[in-house]
Amino acid sequence: MTDSNQAIDHGEDRGGIAPSLVSVSGVSVSGASVSGAALTAPGLAGEEAFSSAGDWFALLKPRVMSLVVFTGWIGLLVAPGRLHPVLSFAAILCIAVAAGAAGAINMWYDRDIDAVMRRTAGRPIPAGRIAAGEALGYGITLSAFAVVVMALATNIAAACVLAFSIAFYVFIYTMWLKRRTPQNIVIGGAAGAFPPLIGWVAVTGGLDLMPVLLFAIVFFWTPPHFWSLSLFAHADYARAGVPMLPVVAGARHTRWQVLLYTLFLVPLTLAPWALHLTGATYGISALVLGLGFIVCAVRVVRDAQDRQGISLTRDAPARGAFKYSILYLFVLFAALAVDHYVG
Amino acid sequence: MSVEPLELLTPLSRSESAKVARRRRGRNWALLAALVALVGLFYAITLVKISQGTLVF
Repeated sequence: MTDSNQAIDHGEDRGGIAPSLVSVSGVSVSGASVSGAALTAPGLAGEEAFSSAGDWFALLKPRVMSLVVFTGWIGLLVAPGRLHPVLSFAAILCIAVAAGAAGAINMWYDRDIDAVMRRTAGRPIPAGRIAAGEALGYGITLSAFAVVVMALATNIAAACVLAFSIAFYVFIYTMWLKRRTPQNIVIGGAAGAFPPLIGWVAVTGGLDLMPVLLFAIVFFWTPPHFWSLSLFAHADYARAGVPMLPVVAGARHTRWQVLLYTLFLVPLTLAPWALHLTGATYGISALVLGLGFIVCAVRVVRDAQDRQGISLTRDAPARGAFKYSILYLFVLFAALAVDHYVG
Repeated sequence: MSVEPLELLTPLSRSESAKVARRRRGRNWALLAALVALVGLFYAITLVKISQGTLVF
């Protein structure tokens, strides 16, 4: 990257006209030493070929990261015992960086399908602003950093679970399941369910029933959340050849699966209350939120549709269920924290 | 020394060059901020670990 910038500097010296990219390996061209690293985007012209700090941040999938950080933080808060605030901050940072690093490796591996999906075509790699190899190196480096710092700041067990969660997302979900089975989200969803468990282990150094329940809640929340999204984004997945449920089994079947998993999820969220692991604040919140989620899922099933199951409302209920599912998880975990302190 | 085929792409205009320079400057500042934050984080973790007597794990 530096080399390509050097080439530009030489161009500026000559009056502002610079060769934007030079595809030469280790040879000198017009007095500017360039290398293969300058090849950020063959075929891409202009300033768009050069990454900004924002592009590198975008590689970390910041929107996904926010939910991961929040659930990880709640796991850390509700665990018995206390972790020094500095170490808590380090643990949360490690969870966030690990999630981002896994996202960067995912973008490296999925760059071919990202390029044909409207939702992802503007990502830094398919848009040509960051080279695929650089994104991979970035992801691996950040993964190693997150695991090592987690071990130093908290304990080896938390670092091991963190490393496993990265490996699970990269190898099990991204490389193995995503392009092979419509159940990719169900099993792959486990990767996103690790943060509250990691937060708990960072404090206690071990596992218990409660973190396993938190893991299960996020695990069973993922299918209705993601399938609601895929109902109105399935054209993208079909174009990319990703076997998402609406592409393989149809929209009608997917709507029923959204309802089925929501009906699974709601009793599960009540389990911590039923097992006296939490108080009534959490229990009542989980019940009310769960009923709201069920209403959303029923609306998804009852959406006006043609014979093929294609929505006649531009999937308005699915869009609503998707938005609600995000709010649902945030508020549910917030209620867990409030319950922990208020009772 | 292996030489790959030469492929020159569209030249940058003066404004594009300026934009690229801005992006590079932004990246450099972001990297500096990350490195400083990292130093601060390790320093703070070390202080806490020493105060808790758990520096060696």
